[in-house]
Amino acid sequence: MEKARPLWANPLQFVFACISYAVGLGNVWRFPYLCQMYGGGSFLVPYIIMLIVEGMPLLYLELAVGQRMRQGSIGAFRTISPYLSGVGVASVVVSFFLAMYYNVINAWAFWYLFHSFQDPLPWSVCPLNGNRTGYDEECEKASSTQYFWYRKTLNISPSIQENGSVQWEPALCLLLAWLVVYLCILRGTESTGKVVYFTASLPYCVLIIYLVRGLTLHGATNGLMYMFTPKMEQLANPKAWINAATQIFFSLGLGFGSLIAFASYNEPSSNCQKHAIIVSLINSSTSIFASIVTFSIYGFKATFNYENCLRKVSLLLTNTFDLEDGFLTASNLEQVKGYLASAYPSKYSEVFPHIKNCSLESELDTAVQGTGLAFIVYTEAIKNMEVSQLWSVLYFFMLLMLGIGSMLGNTAAILTPLTDSKIISSHLPKEAISGLVCLISCAIGMVFTTEAGNYWFDIFNDYAATLSLLLIVLVETIAVCYVYGLRRFESDLKAMTGRALSWYWKVMWAGVSPLLIVGLFVFYLSDYILTGTLKYQAWEASQGQLVTKDYPAYALAAIGLLVASSTMCIPLVALGIFVLRRLKTGDAAPVA
Amino acid sequence: MYAWDTNEEYLFKAMVAFSMRKVPNREATEISHVLLCNVTQRVSFWFVVTDPSKNHTLPAVEVQSAIRMNRNRINNAFSLNDQTLEFLKIPSTLAPPTDPSVPIWIIIFGVIFCIVIVAITLLILSGIRQRRRKNKEPPEVDDTEDKCENMITVENGIPCDPLDMKGGHINEAFMTEDERLTPL
Repeated sequence: MEKARPLWANPLQFVFACISYAVGLGNVWRFPYLCQMYGGGSFLVPYIIMLIVEGMPLLYLELAVGQRMRQGSIGAFRTISPYLSGVGVASVVVSFFLAMYYNVINAWAFWYLFHSFQDPLPWSVCPLNGNRTGYDEECEKASSTQYFWYRKTLNISPSIQENGSVQWEPALCLLLAWLVVYLCILRGTESTGKVVYFTASLPYCVLIIYLVRGLTLHGATNGLMYMFTPKMEQLANPKAWINAATQIFFSLGLGFGSLIAFASYNEPSSNCQKHAIIVSLINSSTSIFASIVTFSIYGFKATFNYENCLRKVSLLLTNTFDLEDGFLTASNLEQVKGYLASAYPSKYSEVFPHIKNCSLESELDTAVQGTGLAFIVYTEAIKNMEVSQLWSVLYFFMLLMLGIGSMLGNTAAILTPLTDSKIISSHLPKEAISGLVCLISCAIGMVFTTEAGNYWFDIFNDYAATLSLLLIVLVETIAVCYVYGLRRFESDLKAMTGRALSWYWKVMWAGVSPLLIVGLFVFYLSDYILTGTLKYQAWEASQGQLVTKDYPAYALAAIGLLVASSTMCIPLVALGIFVLRRLKTGDAAPVA
Repeated sequence: MYAWDTNEEYLFKAMVAFSMRKVPNREATEISHVLLCNVTQRVSFWFVVTDPSKNHTLPAVEVQSAIRMNRNRINNAFSLNDQTLEFLKIPSTLAPPTDPSVPIWIIIFGVIFCIVIVAITLLILSGIRQRRRKNKEPPEVDDTEDKCENMITVENGIPCDPLDMKGGHINEAFMTEDERLTPL
């Protein structure tokens, strides 16, 4: 008797699992950056268009494939055509790379979370130097939040060549992060289904709290106005459209096989069309919601720094010219400067080089994305809020929930094909398979906790998934529409769910979405080829800022290997199966 | 907040004299030995400490070290701190942040780590127990299921309840006797 496939206890668990997977760190730290770079409010136009044209159809396709084939990515594509099981293998390989480096972010979130229970927050003050007359030099040149990130958390080396040793503190946090992930996936859908209630809903609670707090912060409106003022000329910039398409694509987590895995645990009759629309809409609105929060925080931080700068300039002028204390304010600063320049020209010219030009726009202009936004900019804003420990704990707890939610989907993408395969699951129970996968990923992930670990993290973040995913989803769409047959798939879906497939989906699947993906693919390839050598940002401790350096040859080779190992799976497995079949038919053929 | 007037200047002179009196050789310093000059609107001024017996001003280094020793008292007398009351050429000794013997983050890490390990162990053990129970049951469950399915008779489209198998095995008359047996 065949063991029944585990199912989600109710459809809500499935929707929550998809939301928890799709709504991840990218919504918080990538979308606000794109919004700022590509025209503020007007970026929403390409974003929403791409959502309707690319995001929803592709998401629906993946969910439908998973629900119809009722297997993980490898099995699903083997059912479509044995030559295409390479697509599933490529998905698993990419998911494995992602799992390795993504959990390091959770480790960092744990690190910051544990350090939030101190007064004062460790990233708000600089440590003292040797003879206690001043602050540590590196901390003075950079800021205390940058120092805490680059020196205390990462202990980063000046370049990728200097490997350094494994730092035990982040290594411990990484171990804990993997244990927590293992705890959540241990029992398969049984445990995952309960965990996703929390990982999907808690980030929204924190975001709402932060929204209320953020909007009431002094200077928040500056940030919001700056962000949402539409710059219509950006609509003509092709990069805006390409980035909108890319953001939708990667934000939904297409191509990893997680969505196929989740949908395979569904009842065959569930309405995956409705689920696809709901999940993609919630994902995009969360991005917009998170960017409102982020920009009020930006506005607060920028206003705070601007006022600090003004205060420093006032103090300098007051001291130099012996003015009365409190005479200089923000409003009369320029006037007084002009007066002083004319009344005491020699003294003024002496002090002039030290007077910084304080500008609110330049503070707001510092657009940051990625780990820099989450761990440097946000912490800088938090340290200036009242009761900063509470805000810090809430914030890093939210990052953890987002990160773990995405990891659950990720590990599901790896484990579902493994547990589906009869060879492996007959020898090992699923707890052991999950344990092995977590152990191997954790062991390899220790590379990211070395001193040069952050540079390797950036390599994985930028190159492990980008090109491969585009190719995987392209082959997926072509496989379903042309190899399996769109009509056959349509009738399967109708038999399964009882609903007819709208013409819109058919047009998108067969024509528009593949063309879009090809366009994106061509753009990225040409971009990589045209830029020549790839560069990275390295932290220079003596200057207290990032400098651009070239990747050494072996790093470039590693990048090439990363991209090749997933994309080559598709043709290699097809070739392998072809050869195996020829050998079999060769054996079975009667000897002449 | 207070306005800076001659009384405040008097207090300042008193604090400087107090600091000098703490120096081993200078217990005889009086308030009148401290002189203020060039007082500006900014509230900044120069000051010297004189030694009337030798009729010269004390070296700056000595005054600086004396003030450094008593910086805290001087600050508190004026309800100011190192940032708001600045002595040029006297760098303030910064207080290091307090470092507890065991960093706090390790304590919290340890707690969460132990909770997670305990939870994992519990889940794995319960999973093993469930699987052992499942491995013992299947042969018996399959037999009774087959018998039940064979015996479902249908009359007028309504299936009759098959004989309750458990009822056939347990004889009510002997049930109480089992309870009389003393359990070992």
